[in-house]
Amino acid sequence: MSTATTLAAKEHARAQAAAVDAPVAPDGIDELTWAETVPGGRYTSNVLARGTRLRLRDVDGSACANILLYRADAPWERLNAADTVKVPWQAYLATGHPLLSDQGRVLATIVADSSGHHDAFCGTTSQAANENKYGSGALHSGSPAGRELFTVAAAKHGLSQRDLPSPISLFQGVHVESDGALVSTGSAGAGAEIDLLIHLPVIVLLANTAHPLDPSPEFATTTAVEILAWDATEELRTLPNTEPEYQRAVRNTESAWNAADPKGIR
Amino acid sequence: MSTTLEHTIIRDELADARAPWSAVVRAGDVLTMIDLHGNQAVDTLLYAAHDHSIRYSASATVTAQRNLFLTTGTVLRSDDSTPLMTIVADEVGNHDTVGGACSQESNTLRYGHHTKHQHACVENFLIEGAKWGLGKRDLVSNINFFMNVPVDPDGTLGIVDGLSAPGKSLSLRAETDTLVLVSSCPQINNPCNGFDPTAVRMVVTRS
Repeated sequence: MSTATTLAAKEHARAQAAAVDAPVAPDGIDELTWAETVPGGRYTSNVLARGTRLRLRDVDGSACANILLYRADAPWERLNAADTVKVPWQAYLATGHPLLSDQGRVLATIVADSSGHHDAFCGTTSQAANENKYGSGALHSGSPAGRELFTVAAAKHGLSQRDLPSPISLFQGVHVESDGALVSTGSAGAGAEIDLLIHLPVIVLLANTAHPLDPSPEFATTTAVEILAWDATEELRTLPNTEPEYQRAVRNTESAWNAADPKGIR
Repeated sequence: MSTTLEHTIIRDELADARAPWSAVVRAGDVLTMIDLHGNQAVDTLLYAAHDHSIRYSASATVTAQRNLFLTTGTVLRSDDSTPLMTIVADEVGNHDTVGGACSQESNTLRYGHHTKHQHACVENFLIEGAKWGLGKRDLVSNINFFMNVPVDPDGTLGIVDGLSAPGKSLSLRAETDTLVLVSSCPQINNPCNGFDPTAVRMVVTRS
């Protein structure tokens, strides 16, 4: 196809548009609010409404969805990995586990999980670490580090590297031995899903890049994450956790939400 | 002065009970924390003195050593894994870096809303950090020296009775000029201070 003239170039450009498979909504869901697939080594971000149900799927069994959450209307409030394991007295993320902010509030609750392979300890990779392991960790390389991906994701929401705490990793697990040794337990295989219910408007940053303890010497084994989201506000009334610490975190969350919006306008 | 065995004492101060403390420790100098009364958690954050955006990373530190616990030989690393300080001596054997700092807000979750106005480590970090131009966005998961947080086989994790004792100490060598930001933990609702916050002695030596 010629690109010698503007008209030909326009034809050439338009001919490149490939058919994109339409996302398939889960049974009973009429309208998706977000549908996207993030390849290995790439990132995405979005602002999600309170009451959103966010489903992440490890399409081919070797994804690593590192995520950070910030309160959209007050982004200095953000995911706190320490409180996320300390407050529920539990290191391993599973259904019912809250993702807590530094202000004693629930940014999201895990409401379904068929993976069970997640990690809240190791954070994500640095450029230096990926250079050591894969030969490069630069953003434009084939093995971009998690910190690099998060830096640009954060920039698109007015945030900088100072705003990057340690993320949590979904679909790649780590077990703690009795002597403290950290051992990768890998993934749960293709098709594993985790659903997060969003309690306050949040910025979500997602970097799909190999876990720091990934045993594979090849970065290319990191595979895609599929994202689907829809409105599930009514599920905020039937939360899957009756632990007292969780109930108090919900109380703090609802208190902030109601104080800012007593008439329920937004 | 030709002997290499002599140490000059640069600082010898107290981090008072419930109080913050901070200092820049010059590269090569050694900061020794002495748990004077036993089982006093010392919540600690580190920043490169010349660039506060280079700061302690719990995840980089535990990932690099593939172990959750800090002790002699542990290199305390920044986000990009560069060394800030190294633990060069440790009379306790096991320190925490996953339990984070107590805050007024997390106290409401862990102990109930009646604890909301109890003083907490995050308050100490904020007020002491402000002296150095640090704000809330600069606070990340910290180290808890002299605090014991085991992880059980089923994932249960929590602050339990400490392993330290009166007079036990820990020494950190600065690998680069490092701002050390400390909260002598004021928590009274868990055993991290033996339910009785006490002072910690902070000694900086140069050899």
